[in-house]
Formats: sequence, structure tokens, C-alpha cells
Amino acid sequence: MIWGAVVVGSLCCYGLKLAGLSVPRRILENPRVERMAALLPVALIAALVVIQGFTTGHEIVIDARAAGLAAAVVAIRLRAPFLVTVAVAALVTALLRLVT
Amino acid sequence: MDEPRAPDEPLARRSVTRNALGIGLASGAYALSFGALSVAAGLSVLQTCVLSLVMFTGASQFALIGVVGAGGNPFSGAATAILLGLRNGLYGLRMSPILRVRGLRRLGAAQWVIDETTAMAITQPTEPLSRLAFYSTGLALYVLWNLGTLIGALAGQAISNPADLGLDAAVPAAFLALLAPRMEGREQWVVAITAAAVALVSVPFVPQGVPVLLAAAVGVAFGLRPGGGTVTAEPSLREPA
Repeated sequence: MIWGAVVVGSLCCYGLKLAGLSVPRRILENPRVERMAALLPVALIAALVVIQGFTTGHEIVIDARAAGLAAAVVAIRLRAPFLVTVAVAALVTALLRLVT
Repeated sequence: MDEPRAPDEPLARRSVTRNALGIGLASGAYALSFGALSVAAGLSVLQTCVLSLVMFTGASQFALIGVVGAGGNPFSGAATAILLGLRNGLYGLRMSPILRVRGLRRLGAAQWVIDETTAMAITQPTEPLSRLAFYSTGLALYVLWNLGTLIGALAGQAISNPADLGLDAAVPAAFLALLAPRMEGREQWVVAITAAAVALVSVPFVPQGVPVLLAAAVGVAFGLRPGGGTVTAEPSLREPA
């Protein structure tokens, strides 16, 4: 049962990636599709930030991760390198959990 | 992101590969927890490694083991993983004109079309840098994600609580850092805020994985909206965050 889910899920996920790369290029020459392709990552990444930062399962949760993300925003505003930004978020979150 | 603005090629390439390694290391650390959590959820070490090798898209993998761990039907876990994986297909649409790969090369490159590689690639000022960003991030991620998964799975309970290390905040922070350089105009802000709000508000009411797809629909709707302003798909004018 678990093997079936692992294999089917994995192959479908790979198939979706391949399908995306295999769509004819001329579809992208439509300016609306081009706009969509530019805005789509903005929408998805913004959603991933809040889903992974502010939810647990089906609940909206404000916990130590929020402080970590706030620290990350500060780091980004200060033009910190990517790795520093990520490390600062993890560090602030871990420290906050340590003292609470 | 700290890529230089000037067309200083060697410097820009070094910056790209350094960031790629950084993303790989951050994800590798997170993969440790995936491996451990997956085994804790009831999957075998081999099943865990197959997920990282073949599925290779973190959110989907976490979704699948999350459902299995909660005692749900593994196939509904797989369905959630596939729904989440839909966005990689959309990323592929975006990456296809940059990568321009065919045959076996496409079969290989497709496996690396995920959040991190796409975000890294489309935030570069030139196509060669985009390709370098895609392949270097893909390589670093694939190697370190799978290595981390194996070690995490073997270690089992040793790293059973990644939250102690703040790793659960590191991942959204990474997404935040990848989002920042794209926030160059009013429309991007409107799309980002709308998408985030839609995703967050829908979380209590829809299956896991669906909020991200609803957010994707927001992006699509804004993109297809008639009379919308000009948004360059080529990130040639983007400035570092």
C-alpha cells in the first residue's frame, strides 16, 4: 500500500515536471501566458512563505517561526546574503524556542 | 540575493554557485529531518530514499509522509503530493525557453524543475546565468537532499525534532529571500499579498496542498487579466533585493 503510493506519487510528480518542459514553446509567445508565467512564481512563493511559516496542518499558527521570518525580513532589507538570511531565521527561531 | 548588477561575468557566476551551494546546504539540513520524520511516519528507509530520488520535490514529499504518519490512506497522501507537484509543471513552462533541452537531457533536467531551482534561475539577469543557476542549484540540491534524506532516515529518531534547530523557519525564510528580488512593481505586491491571503484563509477548509494551488490560480488570473500592465517575463531589469 505504501509502496504503491510512493511509486505512483513519485512517477506522477516527475511526469508533471517533464510535461511542463515539453509544452511547445510557441504557447509562451502569447503575452498573456508570458505575464502569467512571470506572476505565477510570485503567487506560489508568497503562498509557500505563509503556509510554511504560519500554518501547522489545517491551523493558522503564530509561533517562533514568525519571529524567525521577521528576522529574515530585516536581513533581506539589510541586503544580507541568502545563506545569512536563512541562518538568521533558523537561529532566531531556535533561540526563541529555547527560552520559552 | 547578492548577485552584482554589473556584467562582471566571473563574479556573477561565483555568486550564483555560492548561492546554489547555500540553498543545497539549507535543504540538505532540512532533508535530514525529512528522512527522520518519514521513518517515524512508518515508511521504510528505502521508501524514504525513493521519494527523495524520484519524487524530489520537498513539499510533496512532506505531504505524503504527513498523511501516512497521521494514519491516512497512503494514496490520498499521494494525491496531495501530486496536487502540490502541479506547480512544478507550471515552473517547467517557465523554464523551458531558458533551458531549451531535448531528448535525454530534457528527461534529466525535468527532475530538477522545482521551487528553488526555478526561483534561482528566473532571478538572474542573463540566460547563461539562469542556466548556471538552474544546474548548479539542481546539482547541489539533488546530491545534498538525497544525502540528507539517507542520513536522516538512518539516524531515525536522532533528529526527530527539526523544530529545535529552527529548520521549520529556515525554509519559509529561504522562500522569502527568493521572493524579494521579484517584488519590483505594484502588481507583484498585489499578486503576492492576494495569493498569500487566499492560501492562508483557505488552509482550515481545504485538503493540504490545495491552498498553494489556489494561490497559483491567483497568479494565473492576474496574468490572464485583460488590460493588465506589462510585466516582463524576462527578469533582465530586476535589481537585487
